[in-house]
Amino acid sequence: MSDAPNSEKAVAVVPTSLSVTDATQVLARLQARFPDAKISLVQNPGPAAEHSLLLDSTFAREIAFFLRDDPELQLDYCSNVSGVDWPDKEIVETKKISVPDPAGGPDKIVEEKTKRFEPGYLEAVYHLFSMAKKHGPVVIRLRTGNRSDQVTLPSLTPVWRSCDFQEREIFDLYGIKFEGHPDLRRLLMWPEFKDHPMRKDYVAPDDFEWEPTPHDQVLARAKARIAANDAASGANVQPEAKS
Amino acid sequence: MSENSSTPAPAPFPAAGNISDAEREELRRHGILLTSLEELYNWGRSNSIWPLQFGLACCAIEMIAAATARFDIARFGAEIFRPSPRQADLMIVSGTVTKKMAPQVVRLWNQMPEPKYCIAMGACAISGGPFKQGYNVLKGIDRFIPVDIYIPGCPPRPEALLNGLIQLQEKIRAERIAGANAAKHLRADAPSEFPVPEYGEHDIVPSCNPAVWNPPANPRADKLKS
Amino acid sequence: MIGAGAPSSPFNPFGGPTVREVHDEFHGDLLEVSMGPQHPSTHGVFRMIATLDGEQIVKLKPVFGYLHRNHEKLAENTTYLATMPYTDRLDYLASLSTNWGYALAVEKLAGQPVPDRAQYLRIILAEMTRLVNHTCLVGFLFNDLGTSFTPLLYGFREREKFLDLFEALTGSRMMCNYQRFGGCRIDPTPEWLAAAEKLVSEFPRFLDEWEAMLTGNEIMIARTQGVGVLDPKLAINAGITGPCLRASGVNYDIRKVDGYGFYPRFDFRVPLGEKGDTYDRYMLRILEMRESVKILQQAFRDLPAGPIMDPKAKIRGFRPKAGEAYGRIESPKGELGFYLISDGSPNPYRYRVRPPSLINLTVLEEMCLGHTVADAVVILGSIDIVLGEVDR
Repeated sequence: MSDAPNSEKAVAVVPTSLSVTDATQVLARLQARFPDAKISLVQNPGPAAEHSLLLDSTFAREIAFFLRDDPELQLDYCSNVSGVDWPDKEIVETKKISVPDPAGGPDKIVEEKTKRFEPGYLEAVYHLFSMAKKHGPVVIRLRTGNRSDQVTLPSLTPVWRSCDFQEREIFDLYGIKFEGHPDLRRLLMWPEFKDHPMRKDYVAPDDFEWEPTPHDQVLARAKARIAANDAASGANVQPEAKS
Repeated sequence: MSENSSTPAPAPFPAAGNISDAEREELRRHGILLTSLEELYNWGRSNSIWPLQFGLACCAIEMIAAATARFDIARFGAEIFRPSPRQADLMIVSGTVTKKMAPQVVRLWNQMPEPKYCIAMGACAISGGPFKQGYNVLKGIDRFIPVDIYIPGCPPRPEALLNGLIQLQEKIRAERIAGANAAKHLRADAPSEFPVPEYGEHDIVPSCNPAVWNPPANPRADKLKS
Repeated sequence: MIGAGAPSSPFNPFGGPTVREVHDEFHGDLLEVSMGPQHPSTHGVFRMIATLDGEQIVKLKPVFGYLHRNHEKLAENTTYLATMPYTDRLDYLASLSTNWGYALAVEKLAGQPVPDRAQYLRIILAEMTRLVNHTCLVGFLFNDLGTSFTPLLYGFREREKFLDLFEALTGSRMMCNYQRFGGCRIDPTPEWLAAAEKLVSEFPRFLDEWEAMLTGNEIMIARTQGVGVLDPKLAINAGITGPCLRASGVNYDIRKVDGYGFYPRFDFRVPLGEKGDTYDRYMLRILEMRESVKILQQAFRDLPAGPIMDPKAKIRGFRPKAGEAYGRIESPKGELGFYLISDGSPNPYRYRVRPPSLINLTVLEEMCLGHTVADAVVILGSIDIVLGEVDR
């Protein structure tokens, strides 16, 4: 787990069963134990190489109990629960195909664009460690169906108490409803608040009345606000500067 | 001290007559104190300002550091940080005021008895600071309550807080008891309580108090007209 | 008994008076008191809604969010390096430690190595920060116990000496913004190192003076022993980390487990508590301070010469490859983790802070049940929370 590849191999507390936390091995154990569950490996392309396991929601809590209680894994410590928002994506693919020339010459190469719509989802990522065996992390992910109406995931708070506040925070900021959570209500925002601010499409309330160098979205909003002010009052109204 | 600060020295009180400060000093050496009620009243108030123990965020640590032995706010009579707003006369808003906290801050301000003063300490209390682009950050506490002294910094050093306190003391000493320029707490028309904002669905309602704060005129307003 | 996990009553905590009467069939008339968000003992804007049966607490619900400054959303619109000053403001008492946690996570994400001298410097500054943090904590804890200001004044006097050193090195007392991805920002001068070494060598004498005043104090022992006991199994399950976990007897110190930085080269012990009460948490921090002094003395002795920044590190135009990483350190409060998802752009796609203070509050209710209100204040003080980190 050291971050510097050029550090010497000093006498360190080397995790004894480092191989167990290799994601493929954990995957194999889980697939042997839960043959019906849809578990897949999500590759992590970066240098950190922390691959994660995508679990399907119906078996998630059973799998979590197994991960916690299995004598070889003993992942008794859930360190971090994060929410991630993956919005809908429209992917444009260009393909070069050859079409016959109507004039009778050689085939022409034309670019054909196909648009593909990839639906988005919300995700909850759990980082699991073992305090008993001092290994980790094992990263598991749960994904919702979409971002609008299928936003329910099973809560893993009955397995690890540390998920309690973190799942409440994900409910508050992302909108994922955790089923089976003992006390699911907003954590950081007030209860009357309606939005889910950490989503990528959230627009914050516009209270930048004065921005010294407005540009991009702020400029567009400032112009709209001034236009609305003018329309409402019917005159060129400048707010008075208060000393 | 007045020569070194940026605020001008307060004007001599007419009740003290045409006697200059040097002559007053001469009389004092003979055991004769010549003063006015205003001066005495303001001297008492400015040298025993009791702040409210109200730290919000990182600036609170510098406020506590100002109260410790090295920077010693006790020299200015302000070492008693009162936990209850009913007993305090200075609210040092130190730290970011979030929209969730804003109704509480205004409620505390309302509970403080007059005369009361407010210092906005730190960039966050002045205008939202480094967290200005925040959906939960109130862009400055002066949107809801009147602020007397602004202390910039992130966080301002304890010496900066002491400088702000000194400026507040000078401001208090320049206040009048009667007349058109009477101190705020002695005028019938100046409000001492302000409406508390409510939690709305997307923002607090209202997002600012127009009686206290209006956005400054934008010098680039002509460029914003499309 | 009304215990943990019971759904909260459908009341509106934001309107109405701060003290309410509640009727419970089993207990009779109860009193619901809202402690905070403006309260001298809550270490910032933190609110506890305690339901009392007489003086005893039967239910305690914490309310957060009064300092939620949407740090994570800001980071999505800022480059990786520009988020470093924001990490100072998370745990504002231990900014050099938080900086290192973030730098470690980004270096893991990008596969960025760090030169030796920078690793030693990071350890030196992190352990000095641990000393500062624990000093403040003990001062604030005794404030909560009722000694109005004296231990805090002692603690802050020492803290000022450390802050002078931080200011000389990084330019700021509290918001140091010192670590970079691939090393440190500024190389300390030999005079700075000599002054730091001298200060660290005098620190155990200050600790002895402080302990003579505090540790054997009868009132303190009577008020903290047996108060706020945390069961080790519950602590592990609830994700408690740091001194609160080790006070319950669980041997989990990330400096030893992960061996990040060059910690494996240092010889230090990890103190463990026995009972998990407030007294153990206090004593553990004193013992940790003594171990930190040992680490610092070894670090000053072994500090190598060399560059403080990796020559191939990219400062401008830093775009880590797409991927994700979770980097964690043992901050003075517990496990501070940063989870970063990169999509190849200069801004992170997802930036998540794993706040030790928030997770450590999961078991606040369990620890406070059956105790009085005054004990709840002391228990909260011993957990060591910083609201900048809890609410981010």
